[in-house]
Amino acid sequence: MLEQQRDYVLRTVEERGVRLIRLWFTDVLGNLKSFAISPAELENALEDGMTFDGSSIDGFSRIQESDVLAIPDANTFVTLPWADAKAPEARVFCDIHHLDGSPFGGDPRQVLRRNLQRAHAMGLDFLIAPDIEFFYFAPPEPGQPPRVLDEASFFDLTTTDVTGGLRKETIRTLETMSIPVEYSFHEDAPSQHEIDLRHTDALTMADSVMTFRLVVKEVAATQGVHATFMPKPLEGVQGSGMHLHMSLSNANGNAFYSADDPYNLSETAKRFMAGLLFHASEITAITNQTVNSYKRLVPGFEAPVHVSWARNNRSGLIRVPVPKRANPLATRIEYRSPDPACNPYLAFSVILAAGLRGIEQGYELPAEADSNLFEMGDDALGKLGIEQLPQSLAEALRVMESSSLVYETLGEHIFEWFLRNKRSEWRGYKTQVTPFELQRYLRST
Amino acid sequence: MTSDLIAVFPESPPPELVRTLDLAGYRWKSFASADDVTKAEPSDGWTGAVVCADHDIDAAWNFCRALRKRDTANAPLLLLVSGAQLDDLTLRDELFDDFCLVPFHPRELEARLRHLLSYTQSAPRPDVVDYGQLVLNLETYQASVDGRPLDLTYMEYELLKFLVTNPGKVFSREMLLSRVWGYEYYGGARTVDVHIRRLRAKLGEEHANLIQTVRSVGYRFGQSRWT
Repeated sequence: MLEQQRDYVLRTVEERGVRLIRLWFTDVLGNLKSFAISPAELENALEDGMTFDGSSIDGFSRIQESDVLAIPDANTFVTLPWADAKAPEARVFCDIHHLDGSPFGGDPRQVLRRNLQRAHAMGLDFLIAPDIEFFYFAPPEPGQPPRVLDEASFFDLTTTDVTGGLRKETIRTLETMSIPVEYSFHEDAPSQHEIDLRHTDALTMADSVMTFRLVVKEVAATQGVHATFMPKPLEGVQGSGMHLHMSLSNANGNAFYSADDPYNLSETAKRFMAGLLFHASEITAITNQTVNSYKRLVPGFEAPVHVSWARNNRSGLIRVPVPKRANPLATRIEYRSPDPACNPYLAFSVILAAGLRGIEQGYELPAEADSNLFEMGDDALGKLGIEQLPQSLAEALRVMESSSLVYETLGEHIFEWFLRNKRSEWRGYKTQVTPFELQRYLRST
Repeated sequence: MTSDLIAVFPESPPPELVRTLDLAGYRWKSFASADDVTKAEPSDGWTGAVVCADHDIDAAWNFCRALRKRDTANAPLLLLVSGAQLDDLTLRDELFDDFCLVPFHPRELEARLRHLLSYTQSAPRPDVVDYGQLVLNLETYQASVDGRPLDLTYMEYELLKFLVTNPGKVFSREMLLSRVWGYEYYGGARTVDVHIRRLRAKLGEEHANLIQTVRSVGYRFGQSRWT
């Protein structure tokens, strides 16, 4: 199999006259990294991998073990639609290994691989379809607030503005790169857009999210527009989330579906949900990894604040969408806290691990919270036994630090590096004196 | 064909096979996996191959695929299967030349192998298959529609190739998974839907209907022979 994939890639490079092959991989924080090789190097790269110095990459090697190996995953080979047609380019995602061939602990893609294999061994495959929100702004100027490009709102048809055209071009580019789009529309806030991808297996989807963020930015840049996945760029309007629609499949089809349940949820689905709710606070630092992420997770902006689930209530952390017709394949759950600035490999890993823990240990799903949680006081929520998600990056890190689930899921290397890096981000933030404080305290105290 | 060596799978072949090959005077070498046999291939190719599929059929198919690379002449391949596996042969005709049921009769196996090897080379395979405006070059792995090259991933190409070479037939998702993917896939039967969706997008609006959804059954490429 592998042999034929290699042949396919080599012949395609030859036939299409590809001049440059970009080897892509992802650092711990979810930044896309790339180095390019010439076609002459490709056969060797596919066979033995390419050695490179990882010490300059955040979260990768320590100095004494700085050389690592990037091994291309031939199945992800695709030509780049935005390259010069006269000098075609292609990309391929890589797995990072030690020189002795063992998986490198700082590689998020292999963390996800390892967790998916664990599910696979239980007869389960993880399918994900994300709804990704983002903003288009005029090119940012240092120290200035972002400038919106339109004043439209949810589902508005904006025929004249540049952003509608950008979205169309973005979708065309995504489709040529094997990333099918289900819906796209103007979101609630000015200049905010959403593109929903069709479900696929979690590894392909994590690769797709990495490609998606690059494509959105690349296409925007051609029109002098700045696209951002920052979770909360504008005060007073909705932030950008990455809601994840998820299901598990087994040999019989959709493992989340049961014809006997009033909500069509199987026992497996309920235990998965219970696991996700129980461990939600522990994994929040990974699904919401920036200081700014927590400015989005506040009441009043359609982002979840409380650890709860409901059928059609968008204030809960997990929503169970009602499928059109009774379609077994469409039964799924929607996890609403992640934002598009996360590392998709790590986020999918911890979400899966939390759900699997619920299945393995037979967690009980708490009662549905179907009233609007945003309008309830803390007392009323407390009576229902509903907790809040961590309120800040610092709190999220504190909960993550004592989580054996997250430690096991990410492995020692990433777990420790992530905590160290994010604590330092928090310290940097804490020393800031914000406009809020000046306005509030300068004259009154 | 001067090296005169037969490739055998698995690494420890059943004793009766070893005895039959030795008594018939064949030179042979056994391998544990597709990768191993690829690495060990003599420069002038294998003379033939005997593949036992009755224990690990997935590994056996991978072994067959490795021997069917397109850039060298194909070694004639004899497959040993159990009666219960006969259904698995359907739509895999390109992976073997003849088969023998286990438990086999030593003289039958010897006769079949001799007959197979009497062809110096199996018949050449077509390099190009087409359907309307869609053309696939199997030699170079390139596909085009209306003369426009299609940018496909490896699995998209493999799926399209399977469909184009079997036009008019309806395939279930399970059939496509086992024939196109083998066993290395994640995502169950939905994997097929995802790839069909991607192929349709790449074929473009005008040609997307080349791949039709047959409700509650699966997919069909091109026109049915009955309509």
